[in-house]
Amino acid sequence: MAKVVGFNGNAAVAYAMKQINPDVVAAYPITPQTDCVERFAEYVSEGLVDSEFITVESEHSAMSACIGAAAAGGRVMTATAANGLALMWEMLYIAASMRLPIVMMVTNRALSGNINIHCDHADTMGARDAGWIHLFSENAQEAYDNTIQAIKIAEDLGVRLPIMVTQDGFIISHAVERVEILEDEEVKNFIGAYKGRYPLLDLNNPVTYGPIDLFDYYFEHKRSQIEAIDNCLPVIERVGKEFGELSGRNYELLEGYRLEDAEYAVVALGSTCGTAREAIDSLREKGKKVGLLKMRCFRPFPRESVIEALSPLKGIAVLDRSVSFGGFGGPLFTEVRSALYDAPSRPSIINFFYGLGGRDIYPEDIEKALERTEEVVKAGKIEQHIDYLGLRE
Amino acid sequence: MSELKGWKELVPGGLIVEAGNAKEYKTGDWRTEKPELNPEKCIHCFFCWAYCPDNAVIVDAEAGKMLAFNYDYCKGCGICAAACPAKGAITMVPER
Repeated sequence: MAKVVGFNGNAAVAYAMKQINPDVVAAYPITPQTDCVERFAEYVSEGLVDSEFITVESEHSAMSACIGAAAAGGRVMTATAANGLALMWEMLYIAASMRLPIVMMVTNRALSGNINIHCDHADTMGARDAGWIHLFSENAQEAYDNTIQAIKIAEDLGVRLPIMVTQDGFIISHAVERVEILEDEEVKNFIGAYKGRYPLLDLNNPVTYGPIDLFDYYFEHKRSQIEAIDNCLPVIERVGKEFGELSGRNYELLEGYRLEDAEYAVVALGSTCGTAREAIDSLREKGKKVGLLKMRCFRPFPRESVIEALSPLKGIAVLDRSVSFGGFGGPLFTEVRSALYDAPSRPSIINFFYGLGGRDIYPEDIEKALERTEEVVKAGKIEQHIDYLGLRE
Repeated sequence: MSELKGWKELVPGGLIVEAGNAKEYKTGDWRTEKPELNPEKCIHCFFCWAYCPDNAVIVDAEAGKMLAFNYDYCKGCGICAAACPAKGAITMVPER
């Protein structure tokens, strides 16, 4: 019988970090992540973990310390949000380029300005091209489960890449929910012992990390990085299945909800998927054939699975909680629409921006998005590709 | 440079996993000018050897002779020619 506790998302991840017992954690507090690192610091001070906890003066330093510790051969974790993630920017690319399996929890929060501490996905979406694996969580349970799986995915010898596991700031990070936790021993056995590849502390085999890399080799190194992240999909799937065998909670790259016979669907990330389930149940009661595609894995983008899930549909509403200013739609819309270009049949796709700066989204908003998508399909013409939910005109 | 490798042959993360390999990087091809030695004018004072920042002057220490330049690593900075007290022993000429 699994142990059930009341945890908010931050507590769930801090508890996962305690069970993972990483060699090094370097972090700087930033709302809404602070609660997570604070709890982990308590585990350190109570002697419940063996981790070296490095308090740093900024997120740039936090990621730099993580890179150093991971290159030295340690199992390394951190956590951040919003402007903190933005301050890590250049180091994110370096961590990925050096193929260091750092696991970072990010509580998604709007980027300034103006200053806003609430949820949207601008922070991690901005970092989507940095070479990190990017997993979204729908609730505290998934934040806990994804954190444990992230260690195993990142450290797989076919992967060796950093991962960010995200949860929606406040909506998940500060809401207490029912969370099933594993035994310490189960987590320890699941993740196994870590062995760094080319550790700097192996004095008999000296290595150089991050040498100058000019026009003769930089391009080839980037090509091998492209290959590395593309090859992660089967590993993420395998680890999700193994985690299912352990916990009873199976994980895939994406999850369909009432999608089998659906004609219309919403595509969403994070906690909004929970809201979407409500909306879909309500529309189904009215006889509408609607469903949800939840994107758990955003990077690498599971193109084949997206085509398979969405191609049979008539219309899709893609919900974006962040903007790519000046782009044709939000980050999720752009990816989904691009993937479907080669699909055997192409559904109509509308992009809905919503929830910026923590603006609430309600089941009625999602119902409206699905209804509008149906109208567009029936009209046979898309007049407006981009629309907004919950915005005052 | 020696033969360039394709992307599939590279160490993950762009690491250098062997020590002491700086000598494999032939920095001589950075040169736009190169020093030329006129052995008849050289007084074998070893000033060029002492001043060369790239250790690219080949000498026979026991015989007390300056022999040649190592063009694999000489970057053509011209410090040897400037330091040379024997006028005309080292001349900088354009690299072709």
